[in-house]
Amino acid sequence: MTEFLQLLVGGVALGSKYALVALGFVIIFKATGVINFAQGGFVMLGAYLTYNFRVTWGLPFVFAVILAVIATAFSGLVVERLILRRMVGRPPFALIMITVGMLFILQEIVTLIWGFEGHDLGDPWGISTIQVGDVFIRVADLWTVAITLAVVVAFFAFFRFTSLGLAMRATALDQEAALAQGMSAKRVFASSWAISGAVAALAGVTIAAGLSGGVNPQVQFLALLAFPAIILGGLDSPGGAVVGGIIIGLTQNLTAGYQKEYAAFLGDGFQSVMPFVVMVLVLLVRPYGLFGTKEVKRI
Amino acid sequence: MRVRSNPEMVIGYGDDLKLFRSRFMQVAMIVLLVLFLFLPMQVDDFWLGVMNFVAIFAIGGIGLNLLTGYTGQVSLGHAFFVAVGAFSAAYLGGQLDWPMWLWLPAAALLGALLGAIIGPIALRLSGNYLAIVTLGLLFLGEHIFSNWRSVTGGSFGRNVNAPLAIGPIDFADLDLFGTTYSRQQGLFWLLWFAVAVTALIAKNIVRSRPGRAMQAIRDRDIAAEVVGVSLLRYKLGAFAISSAMAAVAGAFYGAAIQQFVSPAEFGGQLGLILSIQFIAVIIIGGLGTIYGAILGAIVVGALPRIIQEFSSSLPFLISGPGDDGILSVASFNNMVFGLLIIVFLLAEPLGLAALWMRLKAYFKFWPFSY
Repeated sequence: MTEFLQLLVGGVALGSKYALVALGFVIIFKATGVINFAQGGFVMLGAYLTYNFRVTWGLPFVFAVILAVIATAFSGLVVERLILRRMVGRPPFALIMITVGMLFILQEIVTLIWGFEGHDLGDPWGISTIQVGDVFIRVADLWTVAITLAVVVAFFAFFRFTSLGLAMRATALDQEAALAQGMSAKRVFASSWAISGAVAALAGVTIAAGLSGGVNPQVQFLALLAFPAIILGGLDSPGGAVVGGIIIGLTQNLTAGYQKEYAAFLGDGFQSVMPFVVMVLVLLVRPYGLFGTKEVKRI
Repeated sequence: MRVRSNPEMVIGYGDDLKLFRSRFMQVAMIVLLVLFLFLPMQVDDFWLGVMNFVAIFAIGGIGLNLLTGYTGQVSLGHAFFVAVGAFSAAYLGGQLDWPMWLWLPAAALLGALLGAIIGPIALRLSGNYLAIVTLGLLFLGEHIFSNWRSVTGGSFGRNVNAPLAIGPIDFADLDLFGTTYSRQQGLFWLLWFAVAVTALIAKNIVRSRPGRAMQAIRDRDIAAEVVGVSLLRYKLGAFAISSAMAAVAGAFYGAAIQQFVSPAEFGGQLGLILSIQFIAVIIIGGLGTIYGAILGAIVVGALPRIIQEFSSSLPFLISGPGDDGILSVASFNNMVFGLLIIVFLLAEPLGLAALWMRLKAYFKFWPFSY
C-alpha cells in the first residue's frame, strides 16, 4: 500500500509536468489551429534561461523564473510574428512541418549557447523531501503540483473574466465571426503564442527541477511525451490537457512500479512507451480524445 | 479524325495516362539512362558514395510522397518502416543467409503488412491526430527493437552481412566481362536501378485509377467517398505501398550503406529526425510529384555529406576533435534542414518541382512569358 501511494504521488507530480507542457500546446491549437511541435524547444529555452539568470547572473530564483517566463513569452511572440503569421490558412501538414523546422533550429540554438552537458538549475528545492505517514514527497514535486494548479486556475479565470480571454474563445470558435465582431485575430494569435511561451517556461523549470541531470537537452524529450497527454484530453480542451497529463503521468509511474513484477514479458523500459500505448487505445475508441471537439465535416 | 497541332497538347483521356507525355521526357529518360550506365566510371568513390546515399532517400521519399503528397496522410512514422526494412535485411539476409532476391521482397512485404495495420487507424483519425499517433510508432518501434534481442541484437544493434548478389552478379564486389569494379560502383548500379523501379511503380500507381482515387482522398475525403472511392481500400493501400518502399530503403541502407543497424538509430528522437528528413525530401522536392522526391533526396541526402567534406573550410564548424569551431557538423545539418523546411514552406510550398515547372513554362511560351 505504501508503495502504491508512493507511486501515486510521483505519478501526479509527473502528470502535472505533462499537464503544463500540454496546456501550452492546447492554447495555441485552440486559438490558431497549429500543433506546435516546437513547444519542446520553448520548454527547453525556458529551463536554460532560468539557469542562466539564476546561476550565471546570480539572481534570486523567483526573479530568474519570472524573467525566463517573460523572455520565453517574448520569443513566442517573435516566432508568431516572423513565421506563423505568414502561414495562416495553410493546410495542417504545412503548419506541423513548419513548427518541426522551428524545433530543429531552436534546439540547436540552445545547445549552441549552453552546450550539451547538464547544468544544475540552482533551484531552492534540491532533493529535499517531506514525510507524510510512510510516504516520502519531494518538495520539488509539491511545488510542481502547486504551480500547475495555479496556472490552471489562472487559465480559467483568464478565459472566463477578461476581454482578451473572451476574444480568444470567440476566435477559436469561429475566426470569421470573431473578426466581424471587431476582435483582432492578429492580437489573439500573438497573445496565444506569448501565453504558451510563458507556460512552456514554467514547464521547463518544473521538469528541470525534478530531473537528476538538471538542465540538459533531454528536457525537450519530455515534451514529446506530453503529446499523448494532449491527444488523450483532446487537442482543443485545456481541461482535457490537465486530465490527460495526470492520467499519463499516473499510468507511466504505475507501469514503472509494477510492470517488471507482473508483466515482465513487455520488456525493459516499457514505462516510456506506455503513454503512447494508452493514447492509441483511447483514440481507437474516441478519435477526438476524451474531451476534444468532434470536427464537423462538410463536402 | 482529330487534328493535333501540338503533339504535347492533352486532348483526350488517353494522353493523361501516358508514361512519358512529351518528347522532352523521352529524351530526358535516354540521357538519364546514359548517365546511369556511364557515371560510375567517371566519378570517384566519394561522390558515388554520396549518390548511393541519395538513392536511399529517393526510394523512401517516393514512398512517403505517395502517402503524404498524393493521399494527404501525414506520417511522422516513416523511420519506423525504414527500421523494419533494415532489421529484416539484418536478420533474414545476414543471420539466416537468404539470397537478395528473397530478403529484399521479404523486407518489402513485412513493411507493407505493418503499414496495412496502420491503415485502419488512419481511417478513424485525421490530420493532426494521425501525425501524433505515427509519432508514437517511433517510440513503440524503438522499444520493440531493443527488446526483441534474438532478431534485432538488442539495443546494441547488429552487423548486417546480407548478400548483395543476384545470381552470379555480386554488386558489392562487381566483376563483369573481365573488369572489376569498386564496391561503390556496383552499389550505384544496384541502388539507382532500384530507384528507377520504385519511381516506375509509383508513376504507374499515380497515373491510373488508384492514383486518381488517392488524390481525390487528399483533396476532400468525404467528397471522394461520396463518389464511390473506398477510403479503407486506398488509405490502407497507400500506407502499405509507402511502408513497403520505406522498408526497401531501410533494407538497402542496412545492407549496402551502413552494414550495421541499432534500434536507437531509428527510434525515439533520432527516428523523429530521420522521419523529418524524409518529410524534408518531399517538401523540398515537391509534394505530389515523383521526380520531386528524387530532387529533394539529392538535396537532403547529399547536403550533410558535402557539409562534412567541406567542414574544415567553414571556420565556424567543428571538423574534428580539437578544432575551434562553435557548431558541430550534426548540429549544423539539423539547423540547415530546419531552415530549408521553413524557407520552402514559406516561399515555395510546392518545392523544387514548382521551380522547374515555372522554368519550363517560361521557355515554352517564350517570348510571351508572362
